[in-house]
Amino acid sequence: MSAEPHYTLYHPRWYRRRVSVWWWLQKRSYTGFVLRELTSVFVAFFAVVYLWQLRALTQGPEAYEQFLARLTTPLFLALDTVAFLFVLFHAITWFNLTPKAMVVRWRGKRVPDWLILGLNYAAWLVLSAAVAFVLLRE
Amino acid sequence: MERITPLLWLLFSAGGTVAALLFPIHFFLTGLAFPLGWLEAPSYEFLHRLLTHLVTRLYLFILISLPLFHWAHRFRYTLYDGLQLKHLTVLIAVLCYGAALVGTAMTAYLLWDIS
Repeated sequence: MSAEPHYTLYHPRWYRRRVSVWWWLQKRSYTGFVLRELTSVFVAFFAVVYLWQLRALTQGPEAYEQFLARLTTPLFLALDTVAFLFVLFHAITWFNLTPKAMVVRWRGKRVPDWLILGLNYAAWLVLSAAVAFVLLRE
Repeated sequence: MERITPLLWLLFSAGGTVAALLFPIHFFLTGLAFPLGWLEAPSYEFLHRLLTHLVTRLYLFILISLPLFHWAHRFRYTLYDGLQLKHLTVLIAVLCYGAALVGTAMTAYLLWDIS
């Protein structure tokens, strides 16, 4: 079976201009969109780093030391810096989208955007402080 | 595929929220502050002791697994739109969600296996 549609004779084939693969470089907002979409790659990267750390922790102290040492190499430092910026970009764009994606109503009235945004950023601050507190408690 | 789309979207959005709220701080500490010596990395004994708590394991499972599904869903569409690979829909979907499933299974196994 072919994936191509079966055109009959005289069937109008719509005229479509080919779009370049680099269409998103032509306009700032398009570039922003694609960069935002690309944040997912760095989100996955960090999930894998944490998975790697977890594996090291199950293998013993030497494996964990090796994991820590590997992260101090220039390659990982460069990669982590770029990835951290992308993850930050993800967090900010994600929070800013929340009031648009989820309209909350309270007693029949729409909760204003700034309140939802504020709550998001407050939660971010509190959770970050909690994580830092636990990991630096030692 | 159509029937599980709402579920995939839910995983995408839950994973995006987890990544937005928790990844910056974890990333800052593990990826930059500890390797650069700004702050002292937690010792093996300390982290291993943390891992004996059920709450920590559940937390790590959520922290690793959900963002992987977030990636799978978003990256799938990045490939479609960015590289115009619409004709490879099925293959891309299988690879993306498959990778997220493998990562989740590995996380679950490691967390289960901790002595």
